[in-house]
Amino acid sequence: MKTRYSFGGDEHVYVEVDDEMSLDAFFISLSLSKLVREAEIPGVREICPANASFEVRFDPDVISPDAMMERIKGLEAEAQAAEKRLDTRIIEIPVYYEDPWTHETLMRFRERHQDPSGSDLDYAARINGYDSVADFIEAHHSQPWFVSMVGFVSGLPFLYQLVDRDKQLEVPKYLRPRTDTPKLTVGYGGCFSCIYSVRGAGGYQMFGITPMPIFDPEQKITYLRDFMVFFKPGDIVKWKPIDRAEYDRITKTVEDGTYTPKIAEVAFDLDAFNADMSGFNAKLMEALDDA
Amino acid sequence: MTLEIVKPGLATSIQDLGRPGYFHLGIPEGGAMDRLALRAANLLVGNDEDAAGLEAVFLGPEIKFGAEMTVAVTGGEMPILLDGEPRDNWTSFNVMPGQTLSFGYLKAGARIYIAVSGGIATEPHLGSRSTYAIGALGGFDGRALAAGDVVPVGAAPLAEEGLSIPEALRRGPGKPAELRVLPGLYWHRLTEKSQAAFFDDAWTVAPEADRMGYRFRGGQPMEFVDREQPFGAGSDPSNIVDGCYSYGSIQVPGGLEPIVLHRDAVSGGGYFTLGAVISADMDLIGQLQPNAPVKFVRVDMEQALAARAERKQIIEQLRESLNQPG
Repeated sequence: MKTRYSFGGDEHVYVEVDDEMSLDAFFISLSLSKLVREAEIPGVREICPANASFEVRFDPDVISPDAMMERIKGLEAEAQAAEKRLDTRIIEIPVYYEDPWTHETLMRFRERHQDPSGSDLDYAARINGYDSVADFIEAHHSQPWFVSMVGFVSGLPFLYQLVDRDKQLEVPKYLRPRTDTPKLTVGYGGCFSCIYSVRGAGGYQMFGITPMPIFDPEQKITYLRDFMVFFKPGDIVKWKPIDRAEYDRITKTVEDGTYTPKIAEVAFDLDAFNADMSGFNAKLMEALDDA
Repeated sequence: MTLEIVKPGLATSIQDLGRPGYFHLGIPEGGAMDRLALRAANLLVGNDEDAAGLEAVFLGPEIKFGAEMTVAVTGGEMPILLDGEPRDNWTSFNVMPGQTLSFGYLKAGARIYIAVSGGIATEPHLGSRSTYAIGALGGFDGRALAAGDVVPVGAAPLAEEGLSIPEALRRGPGKPAELRVLPGLYWHRLTEKSQAAFFDDAWTVAPEADRMGYRFRGGQPMEFVDREQPFGAGSDPSNIVDGCYSYGSIQVPGGLEPIVLHRDAVSGGGYFTLGAVISADMDLIGQLQPNAPVKFVRVDMEQALAARAERKQIIEQLRESLNQPG
């Protein structure tokens, strides 16, 4: 793992802690981006953390690009040594896999896909060595996920599964991005799952859809009244597979204003997780049972 | 005070200078694609430079005024008609209640900016009136304008009529448009041959060109330096572990068609980026039509900062030109 620094035009410094994904890289990147924020460097306009990298937007009329980059580099050692622990929450997100809406969309953009002969799930299951789509779906929802980035559009979470690397699911993005994706599609690209917060363009494979809105600019949805974006980096997610009837029932309660996401407060400690992944995950999921 | 949208044009939206501060949540800064043109239009009608105006792309709207106000239209070249009578662009003029502003066919550029004295006075969202249609945020009910919309306008005295921006300060793209690019980010992923070809090739604007980003085509497919793909990136050589995208950054999915992200940029994703269009040239992209020829020109940081200073100088000159006694 070696941190790489680069300029993105004359207003951005890009910091890539590692070119591959790991929770270690996530925590170092998050710590370094927090240290940059706390340093209150004049000229810093915005700090955007990502999975294993982050970007700082600065005003080169206030601080020179080289000086900006040097200030960030000066904080790296402290970030490398920082504690990899977060007080956070686990959220249960219902997913209707193989739903009709993402199916219609993936058929519409078949010529942009690696394998036009089947569905995105057929393809993902096959290239990950699963005998059936059902087994693949089971692998997708049986262990929890970690929100390692929020972005793309309007509060979209990127999720990284809390399992050993050899159990991680990996799929390529579409060959050419689609110009349309249904709102609340549960997608997959690289080793990341995501929830498309709004309808729009996208390059991730499409697995299903959740009835639970995660972005509301009007802030009318009860659990989005405080802020229009639901997720933040460090949130933990457990997918719950649902069928059409359950999807329709939840959609109705969201419309009624009576839907409340199932959430429990938990702590995430990377060393404890690495020492016993399945045991640690079992405790995370137990917290949901009591919620 | 109000104005009424009689015909909306193709995609006319309310824009100011944007809402910085929420990109870490995927909500882009947004605002006028051609910042210089909006600033100029506002200065001409006596507004603060960051007041909200209307941005119309390719096709002008038809607008009926509900009160007396001063109007200025800047940006692309599109004949301006007030009750059918021509008016000059980049020049202030007064309108009376009941008069109608309409436009002829676009002659040059891509976007016009319509400022009215007092500015568009819709409710700001997250500190800005800019329309972010993808997130249904800001603007008029979070969307582009539609026929019948009655848009509120701030109260303000009339500004001076006949004020004009000198032609030398009306910045637009040349032919071909030259967009200056600072290589960086994931530039090292390309072979030397493809690095050179990116700057040598003749590109044109593809039909997929909007506020989120401009796509280009016509250049050679890009070749990548061989590597075993890093864990989590995905198997295509153009894939990376999803990272941040910046305004102006250039991604090339599959190594085929470069996309320059613009004001309504997505904040991150899984395609490599080869560098970024410098801040000084972002306005120019907003004035490019599909099929417009484009050359990417390689610059270093020193040149990027010099170009930035030059653009700042133009804004200063704009302000000074309007402070001269008429």
